[in-house]
Amino acid sequence: MWDFLGTAAWLISAAIFLWLAWDFFVVNKQTSEELLLSSREGVDELFAETDSSKKGRK
Amino acid sequence: MTTTTSTAAPQAERIGLLKVLGPSHVWALGVGIVLVGEFMGWNYAVGKGGALGALVACFVIGLLYTCVAKIDSEVTSTVASAGGQYAQAKHTIGPLMAFNVGLFMTFTYLMLNAGDVLVAGQLVQIGAKELGHDIPWQPFTVLFLALLTLLNYRGVFATLTVNFVITAAAFASIIILFIGVKPWDPHAVLLHSQLLTGLPYGWIGVIAALHFGMWFYLGIEGTCQAAEEVRSPGRALPLGTMTAMITLLIAAAITWYVACGLMPWEYIGWDATLAPLYDSARMTGSPTLIVLLFIGTLLSAIASSNGCINDGARAWFAMGRDRYLPQWFGAVHPRYRTPFRSILFLTPIVVIFALYIPLAQIITFSILSGLLNYTFMPINMWNFRRKWPMGTIRRGFNHPFHPLPAITLLVLCIATFFAVYLGYGRQLLAMMAFYIVASLWFAFYRYRYVRRGDQFTMPWPRPVNY
Repeated sequence: MWDFLGTAAWLISAAIFLWLAWDFFVVNKQTSEELLLSSREGVDELFAETDSSKKGRK
Repeated sequence: MTTTTSTAAPQAERIGLLKVLGPSHVWALGVGIVLVGEFMGWNYAVGKGGALGALVACFVIGLLYTCVAKIDSEVTSTVASAGGQYAQAKHTIGPLMAFNVGLFMTFTYLMLNAGDVLVAGQLVQIGAKELGHDIPWQPFTVLFLALLTLLNYRGVFATLTVNFVITAAAFASIIILFIGVKPWDPHAVLLHSQLLTGLPYGWIGVIAALHFGMWFYLGIEGTCQAAEEVRSPGRALPLGTMTAMITLLIAAAITWYVACGLMPWEYIGWDATLAPLYDSARMTGSPTLIVLLFIGTLLSAIASSNGCINDGARAWFAMGRDRYLPQWFGAVHPRYRTPFRSILFLTPIVVIFALYIPLAQIITFSILSGLLNYTFMPINMWNFRRKWPMGTIRRGFNHPFHPLPAITLLVLCIATFFAVYLGYGRQLLAMMAFYIVASLWFAFYRYRYVRRGDQFTMPWPRPVNY
């Protein structure tokens, strides 16, 4: 049983990496590159507040 | 699919990282990456400076990291972007510094991750050996990495929720061991009065111990990488980072107290078979504590690896998004909202380092990269306060006594560089050469692809004197 554990670990790892590779290729094929790269550096309530206070000062 | 709308182009459909994390996730990220250093690695500081030398290193380096946590809490809660110190450097110093800081962070987490999964695999092998079975460690190293990569790929909330649970369990094992050695009765189990024997190598040994004293806290700065994914950066980042630092100070003090009260310094420093806390549990003779500390050690290695995948990928992703690296790396998964290309790109590199490079080399590269990152922070802090003085922008957290923490951090970084040079001078110089070559590549080749006006995203007023 203990000898089989190593083989099982390799098999499970291979299955996980295969699923990751499959999902990776599906996503890259089905989604436009423009959308995948559309993320912009953080915009949140802290900045929004700063932005509005800055506008308020002008 | 949920989409976010940016103020820059309201009509365009955009996807970004999910803002789903709270202070507990930030705590789990910070403590999770670091806690493995309490279970193993810090004991080499005992080999350099003796038990008391390691205690001095524990608190001196604790002061270094407290300064790091305070500075990070102020700057990151204001520059709340993936990439952490990379994004800070971009805004406060300039592109070349930012590129280097991004590389420092990526290599810190990449190498630490390789060390973590290597150790996790070897722990399974050692556990099997204790039960009388000899099995290889490599398949388990790869299995842990595959499982954690899958977790990170599928979403940050689940990743850091899991990290919270296993980190809390690992920390609890340290507390239970502490209770198990009856600290209220110092002579019942613990033998500090016989085992503490002064400074075997004098004060130069204490300075040398600073190098491995970093193990107690290495990686706490990784909390900044969650900046773009926390719901409230101004609250969650300072709260999560400072509570993580307090947790680590407690864990480090308990670790030293228990291990140095049960085993002679020569054994802790040079001959520990697996990890000093596990060996401490074996010294108590309690089967429950032995099993508990074995599980705690394994969980700490897994939690650290999990956090390192998260942080390394975000640093790489942030540099890709700004075109400091090919923009291809700046992609976000449309369903899971994770930097999936960066996660998958870094995984094979971790596998190669874990399977083929000696642990000591991997860890030295990680420590040196981290130390270079900490040396940047005082300069970052000075620039941040000088260019945008108090009251000119909204800060999530104002750290007190500036510039004292920045000066303290710089002095302690210089002392630690000297300590590293004493033991690993060649590696230090080789690594500096690597970063100089990388800087030349960036300055003379890569920077032409960067859209310079797009890098500075904070809606701040013009810096003072500009």
